[in-house]
Amino acid sequence: MAAPPFSVLAMLRFILTRVSLIIPTFIGITLLAFFLIRLVPGDPIETLAGERGIDPARHEQLRKEYGFDKPIIVQYGIYLARVLQGDLGKSMITQEPVLNEFSSLFPATIELALCAIIFALVLGLPAGIIAAIRRNSIFDHGVMGISLAGYSMPIFWWGLILILLFSVQFDLTPVSGRIDVLYYIEPITGFLLIDTLLSDEPEAFWSAVNHLILPTIVLGTVPLAVIARMTRSAMLEVLGEDYIRTAKAKGLSRFRIVALHALRNALIPVVTVIGLQIGVLFTGAILTETIFSWPGVGKWLIDAIFRRDYPVLQGGALLLGVVVMSVNLLVDLAYGLINPRIRHTR
Amino acid sequence: MALVEIENLSVEFPTQGGIMRAVDGVSLKLEEGEVLGVVGESGSGKSVTMLALMGLIPFPGRVRADKLAFNGRDLLTISDKDRRKLTGKDVAMIFQEPTTSLNPSFTVGFQLTETLRLHEGMDRKAAERRAVELLGQVGIPSPESRLSAYPHQMSGGMNQRVMIAMAIACNPKLLIADEPTTALDVTIQAQILDLLISLQKERNMGLVMITHNMGVVADTAKRVMVMYAGQIMEERSADDLFASPQHPYTAALLAALPERSEGGRLATIPGVVPGLYDRPKGCLFSPRCAYATEHSRNVRPTLKPWAGGHIRCHYPLGDPNRDAEIQHDHPVGTEAAS
Ligand SMILES: Nc1ncnc2c1ncn2[C@@H]1O[C@H](COP(=O)(O)OP(=O)(O)O)[C@@H](O)[C@H]1O
Ligand code: SF4
Ligand SMILES: [Mg+2]
Repeated sequence: MAAPPFSVLAMLRFILTRVSLIIPTFIGITLLAFFLIRLVPGDPIETLAGERGIDPARHEQLRKEYGFDKPIIVQYGIYLARVLQGDLGKSMITQEPVLNEFSSLFPATIELALCAIIFALVLGLPAGIIAAIRRNSIFDHGVMGISLAGYSMPIFWWGLILILLFSVQFDLTPVSGRIDVLYYIEPITGFLLIDTLLSDEPEAFWSAVNHLILPTIVLGTVPLAVIARMTRSAMLEVLGEDYIRTAKAKGLSRFRIVALHALRNALIPVVTVIGLQIGVLFTGAILTETIFSWPGVGKWLIDAIFRRDYPVLQGGALLLGVVVMSVNLLVDLAYGLINPRIRHTR
Repeated sequence: MALVEIENLSVEFPTQGGIMRAVDGVSLKLEEGEVLGVVGESGSGKSVTMLALMGLIPFPGRVRADKLAFNGRDLLTISDKDRRKLTGKDVAMIFQEPTTSLNPSFTVGFQLTETLRLHEGMDRKAAERRAVELLGQVGIPSPESRLSAYPHQMSGGMNQRVMIAMAIACNPKLLIADEPTTALDVTIQAQILDLLISLQKERNMGLVMITHNMGVVADTAKRVMVMYAGQIMEERSADDLFASPQHPYTAALLAALPERSEGGRLATIPGVVPGLYDRPKGCLFSPRCAYATEHSRNVRPTLKPWAGGHIRCHYPLGDPNRDAEIQHDHPVGTEAAS
């Protein structure tokens, strides 16, 4: 008997196992974020007071108010208890709930990350495929050389080079921000590329695009390099498989063999690699947002470190962790969808 | 007009160690509806010969021939596009490993209808109906439900049946079966061979049965071609060949058959098929041949007509003057045995 092509039960069981793994990871993140920020010298109260300093008695009083006088373990316990009730606290600087700040800034990060991954896919997949079918050609060597360089490129340095070249030297692209200050765009989706088109100032769209170009390239470079290399090696392996010989023996066109029979199988490891890149992508986003003053959660977290804004840092790290884990879960599900062998054994 | 005409076919693979000659001067004619067995140990060039006919020699392999024709079409000058119209339609091939020969990411139905839609221009519905028919013809139970199955959900035998269904989908004039049963369980092997033979009879289709197993040839082929190290060693009707092999290599292969072994011991031929580096100057079989002489070590025999077929040996087994000639040419026996 042929098994049904798609087993809902197996899928459910898979999701449950994965979700149960999230809990320890979740606790790990709270521990790391909580204790690491406290290793940094200085506390939020000093930072709040700024250059003028603060009267020691008042300092002590504020420390009490925030509970910083309690033993650190107790502080962690209180924090964890609040988190479990869904309370991530308020920013010590703006007094805004952390969750609100996160959700208003997150679309900017997502927009950037999505553009970067699309950029990486649109260039990386074809480059890897062509390099594989023209193995050892100049194109192949070129792609492999460039992607090795791209993979080892320090993001900060790469961003500054691009700014110097395109913004300073040729004045082609803006240096910072998401959109020209001329425009005020009412957030609807939070994605400026969409919101500008919905607004009554459609030319703002081009401003948003222009602002996205350099950050997208900077953030997309490492995934692009990884995807190109992975696609090439997966394609090379798949093209040597018996079923490719069968496809040729059927008289299929070269294009159909490569684009359907080979690519479908080569994509399986590529999707896995993309999944693994999601975490890397968010790390990269933090740096990229800082370089380009991109108003997303990455820059927000970096600012929080400088301000010793404990609740923002703790809550932000936790929320980002949840996002990365959820995306990884989605990628794993997608993996099952494109790989029938996995789908049935789960 | 013969269905297949091959004259002096050579296939070479450039490798790091030099040029590997996988097929060396093979000539072959096959008539419509004829069943040819191609036998020889692994590495003899059986697959590569037939892949060359299919136009499937992988880069950087080089194919040369004085003539390579299928059904009157010159395959040496044919365009890629015209070639693809033949391949999979008029000439089809199945392989040793049925499970890896099917694409793991597509259903059986998809892979089967793909051929029909491409070569017969059928729409999806028609192709599916035909696919169900074909699966039934190759003996797959409840064919409708198999359309949505993936190769990994089926046994090797079932997958080979799917491969066969795919191969016969467009009523080919020639089917090349490359070790179709080698990877299967013994019980399944006989079923698949029976299926191939009955399909061949029903459709009067040409069939090339590649195998390293003389037993398989005995069950299927009318004519047999014995290959060794890329060359044809002997070629004649199956009945004659089994009754009185003329080439020492053929005789050795037959002696290795379980039912012909003496005292229950399986006779094997000592040594291995020569590769890139150890290709002898004279007869390619001479290092392993019990009847090798100085002469056969130095002078490579040509393929000459003999006893109703062809043979490549200085001293055919049925030649009455054989012993005298061997004595005259200084016998050296086998290196492998010494
Ligand atoms: N793509 C290839 N590159 C290099 N050598 C090859 C290739 N394909 C086959 N050969 C060599 O050609 C010889 C004949 O192979 P093959 O025709 O597969 O033998 P068999 O008789 O077992 O089918 C072997 O020595 C094999 O190593
Ligand atoms: S030519 Fe000599 S070595 Fe070669 S097969 Fe015949 S007898 Fe053996
Ligand atoms: Mg073979």
